[in-house]
Amino acid sequence: MTSELDIFVGNTTLIDEDVYRLWLDGYSVTDAVALRVRSGILEQTGATAAVLQSDTMDHYRTFHMLERLLHAPPKLLHQLIFQIPPSRQALLIERYYAFDEAFVREVLGKKLSKGTKKDLDDISTKTGITLKSCRRQVVEEMRGSLVDNIQQHFLLSDRLARDYAAIVFFANNRFETGKKKLQYLSFGDFAFCAELMIQNWTLGAVDSQMDDMDMDLDKEFLQDLKELKVLVADKDLLDLHKSLVCTALRGKLGVFSEMEANFKNLSRGLVNVAAKLTHNKDVRDLFVDLVEKFVEPCRSDHWPLSDVRFFLNQYSASVHSLDGFRHQALWDRYMGTLRGCLLRLYHD
Amino acid sequence: MPGKLKVKIVAGRHLPVMDRASDLTDAFVEVKFGNTTFKTDVYLKSLNPQWNSEWFKFEVDDEDLQDEPLQITVLDHDTYSANDAIGKVYIDIDPLLYSEAATVISGWFPIYDTIHGIRGEINVVVKVDLFNDLNRFRQSSCGVKFFCTTSIPKCYRAVIIHGFVEELVVNEDPEYQWIDRIRTPRASNEARQRLISLMSGELQRKIGLKVLEMRGNAVVGYLQCFDLEGESGLVVRAIGTACTLDKLSSPAAFLPACNSPSKEMKESPLVHPPSHGCRSTHNSPIHTATGSRLTQNFSVSVPTLIYTGMGSGSAGKEGGPFKALLRQQTQSALEQREFPFFTLTAFPPGFLVHVGGVVSARSVKLLDRIHNPDEPETRDAWWAEIRQEIKSHAKALGCHAVVGYSESTSICEEVCILSASGTAAVLNPRFLQDGTVEGCLEQRLEENLPTRCGFCHIPYDELNMPFPAHLTYCYNCRKQKVPDVLFTTIDLPTDATVIGKGCLIQARLCRLKKKAQAEANATAISNLLPFMEYEVHTQLMNKLKLKGMNALFGLRIQITVGENMLMGLASATGVYLAALPTPGGIQIAGKTPNDGSYEQHISHMQKKINDTIAKNKELYEINPPEISEEIIGSPIPEPRQRSRLLRSQSESSDEVTELDLSHGKKDAFVLEIDDTDAMEDVHSLLTDVPPPSGFYSCNTEIMPGINNWTSEIQMFTSVRVIRLSSLNLTNQALNKNFNDLCENLLKSLYFKLRSMIPCCLCHVNFTVSLPEDELIQVTVTAVAITFDKNQALQTTKTPVEKSLQRASTDNEELLQFPLELCSDSLPSHPFPPAKATSVDYSSFADRCSSWIELIKLKAQTIRRGSIKTTMTVEKASPVGDGNFRNRSAPPCANSTVGVVKMTPLSFIPGAKITKYLGIINMFFIRETTSLREEGGVSGFLHAFIAEVFAMVRAHVAALGGNAVVSYIMKQCVFMENPNKNQAQCLINVSGDAVVFVRESDLEVVSSQQPTTNCQSSCTEGEVTT
Repeated sequence: MTSELDIFVGNTTLIDEDVYRLWLDGYSVTDAVALRVRSGILEQTGATAAVLQSDTMDHYRTFHMLERLLHAPPKLLHQLIFQIPPSRQALLIERYYAFDEAFVREVLGKKLSKGTKKDLDDISTKTGITLKSCRRQVVEEMRGSLVDNIQQHFLLSDRLARDYAAIVFFANNRFETGKKKLQYLSFGDFAFCAELMIQNWTLGAVDSQMDDMDMDLDKEFLQDLKELKVLVADKDLLDLHKSLVCTALRGKLGVFSEMEANFKNLSRGLVNVAAKLTHNKDVRDLFVDLVEKFVEPCRSDHWPLSDVRFFLNQYSASVHSLDGFRHQALWDRYMGTLRGCLLRLYHD
Repeated sequence: MPGKLKVKIVAGRHLPVMDRASDLTDAFVEVKFGNTTFKTDVYLKSLNPQWNSEWFKFEVDDEDLQDEPLQITVLDHDTYSANDAIGKVYIDIDPLLYSEAATVISGWFPIYDTIHGIRGEINVVVKVDLFNDLNRFRQSSCGVKFFCTTSIPKCYRAVIIHGFVEELVVNEDPEYQWIDRIRTPRASNEARQRLISLMSGELQRKIGLKVLEMRGNAVVGYLQCFDLEGESGLVVRAIGTACTLDKLSSPAAFLPACNSPSKEMKESPLVHPPSHGCRSTHNSPIHTATGSRLTQNFSVSVPTLIYTGMGSGSAGKEGGPFKALLRQQTQSALEQREFPFFTLTAFPPGFLVHVGGVVSARSVKLLDRIHNPDEPETRDAWWAEIRQEIKSHAKALGCHAVVGYSESTSICEEVCILSASGTAAVLNPRFLQDGTVEGCLEQRLEENLPTRCGFCHIPYDELNMPFPAHLTYCYNCRKQKVPDVLFTTIDLPTDATVIGKGCLIQARLCRLKKKAQAEANATAISNLLPFMEYEVHTQLMNKLKLKGMNALFGLRIQITVGENMLMGLASATGVYLAALPTPGGIQIAGKTPNDGSYEQHISHMQKKINDTIAKNKELYEINPPEISEEIIGSPIPEPRQRSRLLRSQSESSDEVTELDLSHGKKDAFVLEIDDTDAMEDVHSLLTDVPPPSGFYSCNTEIMPGINNWTSEIQMFTSVRVIRLSSLNLTNQALNKNFNDLCENLLKSLYFKLRSMIPCCLCHVNFTVSLPEDELIQVTVTAVAITFDKNQALQTTKTPVEKSLQRASTDNEELLQFPLELCSDSLPSHPFPPAKATSVDYSSFADRCSSWIELIKLKAQTIRRGSIKTTMTVEKASPVGDGNFRNRSAPPCANSTVGVVKMTPLSFIPGAKITKYLGIINMFFIRETTSLREEGGVSGFLHAFIAEVFAMVRAHVAALGGNAVVSYIMKQCVFMENPNKNQAQCLINVSGDAVVFVRESDLEVVSSQQPTTNCQSSCTEGEVTT
């Protein structure tokens, strides 16, 4: 006796959260059944393995049919075939677009092309596809606020939408994230930086009426950053800046002597990063540069995080007291974001 | 009466890409009604076209309005080649033809293609202007309302229940026409869909005409089926109960009427006086040449069994003459009708007086012998024959009417089994006679039948019983005789007293049959049928006893014929009726009692059975009060006497003539294990696993013993097909496979719905078909309803009150009568010791063997009679069930698509139906030539059923409704050809589109207007205050 056909269709579509998770995680039906058996469900419900197999198959089939709709979430809301309560619809979408941090960290900044997709096969094909479709559509079709867009068109929660915005932003600017030096950074770190950059460094950040979206860095701003070079090029200005910072921090910093010794190097590093951002290649290397020029020197001197914070605050604030420096606003826009990023990036 | 049909095409959305180059579609729409077609403009390059068309107007006869569906076709415009069809929408405009239903159909309809399934949606608005016409000779029957619901619809009151209407139309099946060889599958499917839609319209119109002739205005319990006969044609047939219904509009105005006893009479449903109620239900006269035609066509009428034991009562001294009078009156009113049948399964209080038992008839026919296949005459005659048989069975049971009546067919190649079954009944003379007699009768009735146990009392004469039976005095009133077991096809009467909870009981059976042709085949089938009936009955009886229960409701026996086997599946809901005696146990006896190890084995089995019975009694909370007092005159049996169920034919044939009651006084009946077959039977008894805790199941509307439904419902359809290994199939292996299939299916359902616990699967409807040699297909549709466990526990403490409460749950009304009122009328019933009953199986066996003889001679019929039921004539006071407290808020808060509930029940728990919008009757075909790509057979059928649900919901929503009640999937014919990567499926569904309002929303209203709650009880005709 073999079962040829075995289906269950409810007027309200039944969604089993556990099975959905297994499906999203890419388990085969056999593996999913094995995992469910291990979870002790048979003992709890008194069901047999055959029942579990049939149930799992059925859910997988449903999810498979739903997947087409999940690629365009608004369709899920308007379709008539599956009657699903709104709370369940939200859950389906949210979970579908949720991603594994480790995985996203891996693909971050890589160009999402066919080649990449093949590489990803062994990580998680499913997430790769959703990511791709998400990025493609956001990039090609939408204007306006990135986060809002993703939220509207994919009906995702705020948190998830922000993460996606970060991914899209990274992918679009093709930031280098794969270098060995950067391996210690998590997706969360990058997402945090991306959000700060989207808020402060993009066109949308300056002018909300901009037709373009906040995907691209503000070119004008990047050009202007060259002006900051004067801070390290002008010897007097550099000395004055150093003395201002040192005066303010004397006695407050555990690593004061190291700071004093390194000040010029650090400052040069930070300002040069800014000045170079006009070139696409250097934009790509932003994170590498930041780590090389700032994070690593500090870390080798064993700066505690609190000292880094004190230093960066003072470092950016004291520029306001430099009389000969005219680009205060530009400096704030640059350092405000950079300070946030550096603090986030500064860990082991 | 001409009318004007107006259609507007508004917009489309989610259309498929038809032009690969642009990834877009240039869509336009054709609107067709009858022979007139209109077109919209082409909306270029869009998947979401906005046509916003003018109103297309069709001026048509109302005859056409009833017959024709509105056909909307969405196409992709192509300049150089033929336009490609995207898909179609058929809209049945019937709901617009009666005044109280929908006034406009407006909404998004899925665009359906028989090859691709749903492809986007289209927004359509449809209106009808009808001009009044007083032409007497009209052919249309606009205005007659149709309901699938098998009880009086909730917001109506039955003024008169006229009786049976039926009709049948035949046409050539497009799939079998010569042209089918050259046209595409799509064209063929669409031709079929359209034809069935047309035939359904015609059928409904014709039935409507009959109703108008009877001066009714509605058909309740409308059941339409189609038979795919193949070469000989396509039959669409329908049965129903004609009624005159009154809309309950203002409950306040109605209340005083409820209080007045004189008016009560008139409000109570009357069986229509003979003067206009007695017309023939046949359009064409029945052929006189019955005999000769029968031999030509070859037909075998299958003997039917007498079910159960119970006799009748010259019940008490005063009962005799009274009964006679009652019968006389009933008879006079009903006998003038050709078929006094009612498709209803639930009745207004007082409508039923007696129920005589299950009557059924089957007949085997050969389709290729029909002389004039395109005409309905032959089939009409077939059905008339069967109905006649049913009628005579009922008569033999001392009943003049049949309630809970239904008909079905099973077709395999050229062999067709026609089946009909129902419950023989006697209707209350008070509703049959007007005026004069009423006064005096009423008094007597009230004296005689003041209790709830009335419907259990036997209706016929004890001294002249139609079959052997075992009687005791009613355990409730102790005045009248009751049978030991009761089988019926109706729902549990609302005022019946039940102890504990009910449960689903199924008998499953397979019998191999040799492949044969024509007459030989029909004879083989006819020879098998009585054995199957007998075994199905035995199984039911054993399982009932194993559950410790004594009555079955909603009994439905389906016999399915295949190439090389017959399948029997009987489903019913078992309950413990307080008025009936406690069922005896089951005794096992071995044939070789001297063998020690065998003995041990037997005693082991016996212990298992006893344990199971005890466990079941606990599980279903069956704990009738034990009273040692003996009932005077009751045949109290000696404890250990036994009847024997004889398996061997030779033994039983010795006793062929013994039909007396000498076997009547047994306690437990005995299963004698004399061969492996019997062993199997005992084993199979024990393999049925009870549902996991928190789950209950039944096949009736509501679960006896549960009354506190909460509002969460989940309707579902589940389909399974298994392939039997063709090697050495035996009956045993087959039975085991079939049994496992059903059990596993139930287990899967319980598992899937575990999040709803505590819950009950209601209206569980199994359908078996044998699509191919080695395939068995089982389709189940049911609804899971949650209930409140705490309140359930509370009520179990007082089983009697509980059952009373339960009784009115299907009113789903909040009639808050003080409970004492009902308790008052409860007699303090003495119960005898729990071991007093038996069924006389030996006589069954006797009859069975004698049948074989008779079948050889052909064409005799024996009644399968059975159980009797008497409806009390007391004033039933439906005690409101006010327990719908735990309802969850409707989850449709911000969805763009409105939620449409679907349920096979006639009500929605925790809600009140405010309007019936019309009948939904849809037929779809889906075919694929890329089965693998669509996920194999499971993927294909899963998607199709989901699409069918979606289309039903869309139609209901477009009518302005939010639910379908009395939903039923009447057919699900699935055929596959995996080698060719093809599959085809036909689905036919129906139900009533309704508007419901949550009771939580109603409460506000009813607090201002306290009489609102009276409504539904008034529907039932009587209210006691």
